Amino acid sequence: MRWYWIDRFIEFESGRYAKAVKNVSLAEEHLHDHFPGYPIMPPSLIIEGVAQTAGLLVGEYNQFKMKVVLAKVPRAVFYHEAKPGDTLIYTATIDAIHPHGAAVHATSHLGDKLQAELELVFAHLGDEFAGRQLFRPGTLTHMMRILRAYEVGRAADGSPLVEPPDDRDAP
Amino acid sequence: MLTKEEIYQKVREVLMDALAVDEEEVRPDATLVGDLGAESIDFLDIVFKLEKAFNIKIPRGELFPEDILTNPQFVKDGKFTEAGLEELRKRMPFAELDQFARNPLVQDFANLLTVADMCRFVELKLQQQGG
Repeated sequence: MRWYWIDRFIEFESGRYAKAVKNVSLAEEHLHDHFPGYPIMPPSLIIEGVAQTAGLLVGEYNQFKMKVVLAKVPRAVFYHEAKPGDTLIYTATIDAIHPHGAAVHATSHLGDKLQAELELVFAHLGDEFAGRQLFRPGTLTHMMRILRAYEVGRAADGSPLVEPPDDRDAP
Repeated sequence: MLTKEEIYQKVREVLMDALAVDEEEVRPDATLVGDLGAESIDFLDIVFKLEKAFNIKIPRGELFPEDILTNPQFVKDGKFTEAGLEELRKRMPFAELDQFARNPLVQDFANLLTVADMCRFVELKLQQQGG
């Protein structure tokens, strides 16, 4: 089992922004307990889904050669509840990307309604983590493939996004 | 060109936002780590927010030259050497180092920077970039 909190990418522009869909379903077990008789998507898992959208965007910028971790959520404001049957659209935009990390702002929309606004800071883990593996090789490109990023993605020059060979994945 | 007061106000806003502290806590002599509770990851957030607020670029190690800490010429037995202090003065002209230099323990280095230091850092960056 994998920790997937988005269903697919609908737009992905390398180094700039990504848009992903999250379909909220009553088949998801966590909704049975959150809350009993009143199922709503936990905001923490919306943050996780937005972080996956943004994290893959940040990782792809360096062909997944850097170790990218979510370091801080400086802001997360929720305006509406998300319920079973709702479709959330997460949009993550890179504000700045450095050798030591990236700043991203993001939104979650429910139809035309702004459901949430977030800021995320990602860190690129440095040399002190050299030799340590965060993911098995190929995991992140596999995730990108499952989420159909290579079907909709564009490179910075507008050409179709190309999947890197496995050996370049996951340092 | 921004005045010192304008820089101070913007730096305060950045720190209040990044560290979730109240306006009255962000005094010029407040240290980022000790007084305002900044953790290492907050410095990354602060760097991004300063870049955005002042339209400047802050390369890695400029605000916090961490590479000095792992250089045996500059650090010995948990203390900065004379050469290390000299290097700090060169690399951190914005920081008030006189008091720290009296007992320059590496463990205290992280708590060196104050709000006033951050303002001087931004002033220098703006001067360098002709802002």
